[in-house]
Parts: sequence; structure tokens; C-alpha cells
Amino acid sequence: MSRISYREALRLGLREALAREPRAFLMGEDVGKYGGTYAVSKGMLEEFGPERVRDTPLSELGFTGIGIGAALGGMRPIVEIMTVNFGLLALDPIVNTAALYRHMSGGQFSVPLVIRTSSGAGRQLAAQHSHSFEAWFAHVPGIRVVAAGGIEDARGMLWPALLDPDPVIVFEYPALFNMEGECPDVVAVDIRSAKIRREGAQVSLITYGGSLPKTLEAAQALAQEGIDAEVLDLRVLRPLDEETLLASVRKTRRAVVIDESWRSGGLAAEVMARIMEGAFYDLDAPVARVCSEEVPVPYAKHLEDAALPQADKIVAAAKRLLRGTGG
Amino acid sequence: MIEFRLPSLGADMEQGKLLEWKVAPGQKVARGDVVAVVDTSKAAVDVEIWEAGTIAELIAQPGETYPVGAVIALLLAPGEAPGAAARPARVRISPAARKRAGELGLSIDAIAGSGPEGAITLQDVEAVAARKAPAAAAGADKQAAMQRAETKRADMQRVVAAAMSRSKREIPHYYLAEAIALRRAGEWLERENAARPVTERLLMAVLFVKAVARACVRHPEMNGHFREGAFVPSVPVHVGVAISLRQGGLVAPAVLDAQAKSLGELMRDLSDLVKRARAGSLRSSEVSSPTITVTNLGDEGVEAVHGVIYPPQVALVGFGKTGERPWVEEGRLCALRAVTATLAADHRVSNGHRGALFLAEINRLLQAPEAL
Repeated sequence: MSRISYREALRLGLREALAREPRAFLMGEDVGKYGGTYAVSKGMLEEFGPERVRDTPLSELGFTGIGIGAALGGMRPIVEIMTVNFGLLALDPIVNTAALYRHMSGGQFSVPLVIRTSSGAGRQLAAQHSHSFEAWFAHVPGIRVVAAGGIEDARGMLWPALLDPDPVIVFEYPALFNMEGECPDVVAVDIRSAKIRREGAQVSLITYGGSLPKTLEAAQALAQEGIDAEVLDLRVLRPLDEETLLASVRKTRRAVVIDESWRSGGLAAEVMARIMEGAFYDLDAPVARVCSEEVPVPYAKHLEDAALPQADKIVAAAKRLLRGTGG
Repeated sequence: MIEFRLPSLGADMEQGKLLEWKVAPGQKVARGDVVAVVDTSKAAVDVEIWEAGTIAELIAQPGETYPVGAVIALLLAPGEAPGAAARPARVRISPAARKRAGELGLSIDAIAGSGPEGAITLQDVEAVAARKAPAAAAGADKQAAMQRAETKRADMQRVVAAAMSRSKREIPHYYLAEAIALRRAGEWLERENAARPVTERLLMAVLFVKAVARACVRHPEMNGHFREGAFVPSVPVHVGVAISLRQGGLVAPAVLDAQAKSLGELMRDLSDLVKRARAGSLRSSEVSSPTITVTNLGDEGVEAVHGVIYPPQVALVGFGKTGERPWVEEGRLCALRAVTATLAADHRVSNGHRGALFLAEINRLLQAPEAL
């Protein structure tokens, strides 16, 4: 066990994967000489050489396609897409090729591709670099989508993703890069299940990724007011771990879904629908959600803070479910 | 549409059982009218309404228990047309609560909701079920009645226990005592009563109540409520009178505006209050409003009473046995009618010095009974 940052955890995970799997290589914009936009792959070009740490031209469409080709050819490519908004340029190869190849080939080919990308706001990167598009990818059958909301997952999600015979997208969160925490020396993360991060009895706070620390903070604030909240980290956004999700809501009978993406058509809506389908008769209050305001994410710090889910909004939403309108 | 909610009829009341409605839909009501009788576990209280209007709908069902604040009736405001804002037709109830009520065979109409937007929650259903369970389990009617009486006694004891525990937990009491000579008061009372018809004769207790009320006017720090960290003095003096009930239990309803009433009026009020307290028909304004309490344990023969303040009040005056005792007067020992008056007061609001002046004021007032 040692205390490391989220950034360091990502770096360790990447290094361990490259060292362990000779067919694995890292490819993306500025991952080599520059050491990665977020300094995650710093030093890796020197350690693993230019064959395995490859800088690419600024073309997500191109290098994601190359990654798919390499995967089909027997390699285990790790494609880094700097931020998820650039990932929109690679939607076609991801959605139309990587996700569908097993189906289109009648099971003859699989695409063991891993895409690492960053998501979320909170660092004053303005409207074009603050998106949360997890739900766009989680919409598509044929890919697994996971989100690293904590230190251990940041270190441990890449390896099981590499072992998966089908495409996996790993979301990382720049807002958490400087967060520090304890990390076991040997990590084994299960990328098939959600995880209870805090046990509670009265309300389930359901979240993932960058909102996880805020949600844990809200749960702590609620505890001081005598409300026992459970925090469920979805962790796997596709396919959703419905069993863990429903078990938590059946136990607490109330749920608030916290999702940094926009409210309309977001992942929170899907989670709420699953709860309605599977746990309606166990509910003691309508399911609530805390999402981002439906505006382009503002640049100004106070406006950006106001636009995103925050601990106080989560606390208020949970209290409304428990105490009625009187608060 | 005006929502009439179950009022709090005492500092520690959390719920009340509706015994009966005194009004019917369509009936006009004025401020202060008695509209319902509610059992608070301590007493059956006549509940007054504080808004004028026309009863549109009686929501609460007699025999059912509701939390304080539950909407129990809807009124049309004066001039409001009926049907302008109808109550939602469906009862708001959570899916889990509806399912559980179905399993228990409970009618959801009779359950008060405590959840979001007044929705009935699982906990509300289970609370109603838990209250019904003991009643259902009782066998013969007589046994059930005895059990109900026992439950009622236990309920009342619980309410008193909660209030007294809160008092001793929160209120830093201090206690003072003063012996008060009652020669003048006794002689005046004898003369006064000789001139009054038997039914209007006064008791010494009435002089005590009036003296306390008058003393409160000069010492406002004894009269009022301590709420949310601050003392809120009261201009009128509503003297709570501790009345023990024959079936056991204790209530302390108020003689309202005691400072402004004549001794004759106070006597009538007091006998009426005792009668109604024992019959179980107190009014909500009497139960919820005392600003100071007087307890008179003289009949039981005790010398003095060191009382527990009833929160949120800040003082309690006790009177012990009224009788002859050795007394030194002008250097001579004699037998004199006297009483020991005691004060239990809240040190957050007043102090021993102020308390002593307050007791001295009561003493002074009792030495001039004709002026009371």
C-alpha cells in the first residue's frame, strides 16, 4: 500500500501493462516525446522505445483506424485519444468498425482494442474541452465502457481491458489527476461489476467517474445530518451492472443519480429507467438526479462550478427524497 | 383553498388522534371556533381554527392518528368559489408503501403521509400497522378497553416523561423558597366569601394564581417561552395550572390572560378548567399556551414543592400546605396561617436575585388581597 496520485496510478497501470504484454503498444497524439498531454506516459518512450510508444499525426479518425487494424492483426493496441471531444472524430471507426466486427464477421474476428480517453470538466478548459460523452459510447452494443473514479481503478482498469477480446474504452478524469489516495501494490480490478464505495441504508447515491469524490463528500455531509447514504460507483457504464444497482436501491428504497453529463438523454436517465423497470415496487420516493446544467460548460470558474454537480446539490437532492418538500 | 393542519397542542406533541369533527363540509367557521376534538395522549383537546372560511373537505378520519402538521381539513377562504382548487384525487403514496399497505390489508386513505409532497412512505404504513397491532391482538371488549386505558396512561406518562427529561436536560434550574404569611389574605377571604353566594366563593388558590400573574407583569423574565436559544417574553400571562387526573397523569392547561381577570372570573375559569381537564375536553389554546405554571400541592400536605419547569416555559411557582405555623412577629412567637411559596426558574433567562424579587413581589401582593 502506498500513497500516490491518480496521475501516478494511471502511469503505473500503463507501465505495468506494457511490461507484461509484449503485444501491447501505446499510440496517440504527443504520447511519446512530449510524455502525454497529462504527463501520464512521461518517460515511456525512453523505457519501451519508439516501436511501442508511438506519436501519431493529429487525426483521430486515422490512428483509431490503425489501432483497429493492428488489433485485427494480433496486436494489443492502446490508443490514447487526448480528450473525449476529439473522440467524436473517431466515432465512425469505433461505432461502425470496432464495435461491429465480431458481428459482421460472423464471429470470425474480434477487435481487442483499448482506447484511453479523458472526460469531464472542472479545470477551466472551456466549452470545447469539458464534455462528458460517456453515454454516447455506452449507447453502443459491442464495446465495453469503463470509468475510473478512484486511484485503484486508475491503476487497475487497463490490464483487464487489455485481456478483453473485444473493444474497451477506459475513461479517465483530468479533474481527479492531482487527487491522492492509498493504492495497493497489487491491484485486481473487476471491469464487469459496479462497486459500493460506502455502505448506507437510507438513500443510494449512484455515480461514476469524476463525480465520485463529490458524491462521497456529499454522503459524509449527509451523515452529519443523520442521513445514512450509500455510494454506488457504477464503474462499468456498458454493460451496466444491473444486479448491484438494483440490490442497492431495493435496500435503501431511494436513489439519486449523479452524472456530470447533460440531463437530457444522459446516462443518468438510463440508470433511472433501469430502476423503474427493476425496483419500482421497492421505491419510497421518486428517483432523483443531479446532472450538469444544459449549457455549454462555462470557462469562468464560478460559472463552471455552478454548472456542474456539486456536493451541496447532491445533499439537497437526497434530503428532498427523505424529508419531503419542507426539507 | 386554505389547508388546516393539525396544530401542535403542546411542546412535546408529535401526533394526535382525531376523536371527532365538530363541523361539517359547507359550514362557515370563524377564527377561534372549535372544529375538532383531538386526543394528544395527554388529554382530549378541543381544537380551534385560526382562519375564517367555509369547510370544504374533512380529510382526517375520526379514530385515526395524524402527525402534527398533517393537513386535516380544507377550507374555502371567504369569497373563494368551491371547486376552484380541488384536492388531487389520488392519494400520493410511494410504490413500496402501497405494496406494503396491500400486504397488511390497510386502507391507504387513513394514513397520513410524511414523504416528499406529503406522500405516504413505507415508514408511515408500518407505523400505522404497529399502532393497530396491539389493539387487534386484544381479546374480549372489556379486556381491550382496559388495555386501551392502560395504553393511554402509558402514552401520557411517555409524553410527561419526554417533557420532563427535556426540561432537566436543557434547563439549568435554580430554586428559591419564601414563607408567606396569609393572615391578611385569610381574613379578607373570609369576609369576601361571607358576602358571596356559595357558588361564587373564592379559594386561596385563586389568590395565588392572581398574585403570580400580577408579579409576572413586573417581572417579564418569568413569563414567556425559551425558543431556539432565545427568550421570548409574553405580554399576556397565561398561567398553567397543574391538574392531576383521577385516572393518573397530569395536565397543566392555562387560565388565559390571568393578569387581566378579576378574582371572580379567575375562580370560574379555574373550576371550569379543572372540570373540563378531568372530563377530557380542553381547548387547544389552553393546552398549548401557558407562559408560566403554578402548582399547588398544599392539599396533599407537603410543606414545599420544588418543581420541574415545563418547556418551553421558564418558570414554575409552587405552593405547599396552607396552615398555621410558628411565626415570629414583632419579637413575639405566635401561630400564624402561612404558606411556603417556591420558585423553579430558568437560569438562562433570570437569576437568583431577580427570582428573589419576583417571590417578594408575590408576597407583597398577597399582603394586600383587596387590591388583587
